[in-house]
Amino acid sequence: MRFTRAAVVATAAALTFGLTACGGEDAGSGGDTATAKTFAAGSTMERLYKAQAIKVGTKFDQPGFGLKGLSGKPEGFDVEVAKIIVKELGIPADKIEWVETTSKVREDAIVNNNVDFIVATYTINDKRKERIAFAGPYYEAGQNILVKADDTTITGPDSFKAGDKKVCSVTGSTPAEKIKESVKDVAAQVVLFDTYDKCVAALEGGQVNAVTTDNVILLGYIAKNEGKYKLAGDNFTKEPYGIGVKLEDKDFRTFINDTLEKAYADGSWKKAWDDTAGKFGAELGTAPAVNRY
Amino acid sequence: MSVLVDKFDVFAGGFWLTFQICVLAAIGALILGAVVAVLRISPVPPLRAVGTAYVTIFRNMPLTVVMFFSAFALPALGSNADFLRVPGLDVVFTRLGTDLPYFRFALIALTLYTAAFVCEALRSGINAVPPGQAEAARSLGLTFGQNLRHVVLPQSWKASIVPLGSVIIAMIKNSALIGFFGVVGDLSQSADQLTSAEGYAFIPVAIGISIGYLIMTVPLGALLDRIEQRQAVATR
Repeated sequence: MRFTRAAVVATAAALTFGLTACGGEDAGSGGDTATAKTFAAGSTMERLYKAQAIKVGTKFDQPGFGLKGLSGKPEGFDVEVAKIIVKELGIPADKIEWVETTSKVREDAIVNNNVDFIVATYTINDKRKERIAFAGPYYEAGQNILVKADDTTITGPDSFKAGDKKVCSVTGSTPAEKIKESVKDVAAQVVLFDTYDKCVAALEGGQVNAVTTDNVILLGYIAKNEGKYKLAGDNFTKEPYGIGVKLEDKDFRTFINDTLEKAYADGSWKKAWDDTAGKFGAELGTAPAVNRY
Repeated sequence: MSVLVDKFDVFAGGFWLTFQICVLAAIGALILGAVVAVLRISPVPPLRAVGTAYVTIFRNMPLTVVMFFSAFALPALGSNADFLRVPGLDVVFTRLGTDLPYFRFALIALTLYTAAFVCEALRSGINAVPPGQAEAARSLGLTFGQNLRHVVLPQSWKASIVPLGSVIIAMIKNSALIGFFGVVGDLSQSADQLTSAEGYAFIPVAIGISIGYLIMTVPLGALLDRIEQRQAVATR
């Protein structure tokens, strides 16, 4: 008995050793080179680098951008973009603490210091700029309309002006507010759910004629239900996705913008897309120029 | 806090819609609950079983699940709840008559769920009437219906009114769920719209929403307290 126990301990020790060694190697090959980074004294970058810990906000329920699956870690384009920035800060990717930031809490999360920055399909707009600041954009999405494949009556947002077509979107999203401008009677034509899955169910059931939101999300549903749905027309808005930081932290914003431009140039931005949202068949387009306001 | 002034119309609109569904659901639940309560105390065993089954199902299921069934199973069965498009009624409660069925679905779910609690509140009141009352009425030759109408229910009403009020208050608060099942523009859904789409800070909006609900629930609670006090005096 004692003999077996000793053997088990020995095996366990050997395994642990082996695993630790592997882990060390991974961190090394992950680009965490020994060259120490230097940042301006007192800057956010220096504080984060010294702490070797960072909290990043993203979505946990957005396929292709930030989706937390069985692995327990969020995956997607937003997550990859965040990793590029964190790497530039000299912090290994496994030191990132991912914080779920739903659309509702994003500004509050930044203002209350719950996160250091946010990459979460975060459309840049003026109202949000009153409370926080945006680096980027790092991607430009656009609002579009999903209809059944055999539907030819809806060709764009103007198709809702007559008042007989019903449309679904998600509560509290920018596309939901945008489509309200195109309908005749909000109460009779607009349905809002908390997830797009419910909207697609309503489209299938015939309670609504269309689902509207950013094109990349709709493309995910087209890919998932082949031949059943299509996009009605072209994107009719521009939704530049930005990276949310604290309003007064201009240095950090400049740093992120520099990092993004570097990522455009060295191909890591495109690779991040191809590995994630690009799999849905969504177009990346050309790199959007960062806006240093 | 400027959002409370700037967006007063959004809060007022949300309040009005929540108020509408609460009035309709309260009326529906009181009627349906009374019917179920009568079933549960009826002398006919199969009717009793139906009443008991109703209460067992709807009192023990989460409201969210009832809402889910109503909003997603009814359309799958081919119903858009068009029977609720009552002519005349939809002039005041405009949402009843729209092509979009989600207001009606939510109303059905809220009514079915609350009716189970209304039934039990009524029944507890009926149980509070001394059995001698019903026995005396029976010995006078009153039928079951007459017995209920003239003897038992008028006395049970006093004992049920306060628990009934609590059920209705709970229902008003439960109505906050409807925004997640396709109803656009009720109080809690307005909060979502203001905070995430329009970027207002959460806490002032939450305060505004709370005030909206309190305007409905606090007077109702105060009314119940008064009724309770008057009853205490009457029974003394």
